[in-house]
Amino acid sequence: MKIVVLVKHVPEASEARYADDLTLDRASVDGRLSELDEYAVEQAISLVEKGLPATVTYLTMGPAHAAEGLRKALAMGGDDAVHVSDEALHGSDSLSTSLVLAKALEHVGFDLVVCGMASTDAEMSVVPAMIADRLGLPQVTFANSLTVSDGSVAIRRDGDTAVEDVTADLPALVSVTDRTGEARYPSFKLILAAKKKPLTTLTLADLGITPEQVGLTGAASAVRSAAPKPPRQAGVVVVDEGDAATQIADFLVTQKLL
Amino acid sequence: MAEVLVLVERSDGVVRKATLELLTLARRLGDPAALVCGPADDAVMKALGEYGAGKVYVVDDPAIHEFLVAPKAEALVDVVRRTSPATVLVTAGREGTEVAARTAVRLDSGIITNAVEVAPGDGGPLVTQSVLSGGWITQSQVVRGTPIVTVLPNAVVPEALPVEPVVEHIEVQISDAARKSRIVQRTPKTGTGRPDLADASVVVSGGRGMGSAEAFGLLEQLADAMGGAVAASRAATDLGWYAHDFQIGQTGKTVAPQLYLASGISGAIQHRAGMQGSRTIVAINKDPKAPIFGITDFGVVGDAHAVLPALIDEVRRRKG
Repeated sequence: MKIVVLVKHVPEASEARYADDLTLDRASVDGRLSELDEYAVEQAISLVEKGLPATVTYLTMGPAHAAEGLRKALAMGGDDAVHVSDEALHGSDSLSTSLVLAKALEHVGFDLVVCGMASTDAEMSVVPAMIADRLGLPQVTFANSLTVSDGSVAIRRDGDTAVEDVTADLPALVSVTDRTGEARYPSFKLILAAKKKPLTTLTLADLGITPEQVGLTGAASAVRSAAPKPPRQAGVVVVDEGDAATQIADFLVTQKLL
Repeated sequence: MAEVLVLVERSDGVVRKATLELLTLARRLGDPAALVCGPADDAVMKALGEYGAGKVYVVDDPAIHEFLVAPKAEALVDVVRRTSPATVLVTAGREGTEVAARTAVRLDSGIITNAVEVAPGDGGPLVTQSVLSGGWITQSQVVRGTPIVTVLPNAVVPEALPVEPVVEHIEVQISDAARKSRIVQRTPKTGTGRPDLADASVVVSGGRGMGSAEAFGLLEQLADAMGGAVAASRAATDLGWYAHDFQIGQTGKTVAPQLYLASGISGAIQHRAGMQGSRTIVAINKDPKAPIFGITDFGVVGDAHAVLPALIDEVRRRKG
């Protein structure tokens, strides 16, 4: 069987900013494999290590340097990678991102799709559900643990008021949380080996998508303004000399919180 | 005016405060209407009417409880197609976000998530978001389809505006594709007797600096004295000091209460992403260089174990 892990190369959180065209600056900021996708990579690799007869393919979309995220994932394990790269993708919203990834999944084939619980840049958590909807797949999202066997997947997740056990037949789409287990660090040997693993690049034309369907032109939402948040007005910081509790209480009264 | 459709969420059968906030917000954009997925009893109708839902749509199909997310999304899509609302408002959270995401695909409509403010605007609502771990503020608009907006709890204060709702029961054909992720078991979480974390006006939160699971008892006492909820940083939940359900931050819950009191939390960027929208932030930490002090309104450099018991006494005394 074939596992495809969706990964995203994101700006380093400490440097993330908007560019002049009101899209996220992906050109002049250092990037990394989204930390929350590392859990997805880890789960896919460990399913195979635990005996699931499967190959692991990584799929990303983004500018040229997004391939660095694929190389990082390949250094952790897995077999090959696919990069959807096209200038027209710049400024794509979540709807068109899910369209491109759904078409790419159909193109490469899959039995199980594994995603992280959110990207660390947009933090929307919508793309897995959108892809599942587009491909008519069962969505088995926010897994804290998962098992795959006999053509089905079973997970345990934190619902709002209950812990839920959810099952679905394959093919299916799973998203995993940071509670599935720490992601491994790639060894130097594996980093070198990863450079020899196959990495295929696809364009929109390969997927039968027109440039008008994606990017800023195809976006169904538009950012009107973006600005760094003004720093919070500097608050008071006191050193406790035995009366801190009284001072906090006094402060809460001034804020009508007590 | 056109209807603004609010997706109702319930906790233990009771309409969530976050839903009442959405009904309050909806009035600024049009005529509030509500969609209840599942059985709607008199108490639910009363709550929705009290907060201005002139119209209540009810879709009660067993598939909604048997399968994850997808049947609820199909119910929402169906009601949007029938009623052509001006905007759809959904509470930001795991389930709401995914229902909204699927609805956006089906309707080919733009979606904006985690709004902290929604205002009427030319060509559709103007949605304010706090993004990039809270470092940036953006304003966005949907430019295609019916705007679908997920809103963080505590974006507005709910205000009652009693009306007598007109109720319409709608039969929705749930597709086979939506019946694929079966919920085979639900293990209810034991209630804490405290407000829901996402909806709470006061959140008292502890981190590694609390030193032990036992010390969280102090936070519970303080929360109870203030009518608030208790939360924890990821460091504290990973150490097993408090349940993961109460984790604040990028991989946990996002809260924006009136008061967030952080005790023994250094304030890493992942934690701040989950609480920096709080109106007032108070922090207690031994380390004067802790990043949390960069965003606090009132900070105390000191030992939580000394400050908290005195603060609990002080709050109890002043509350009489």
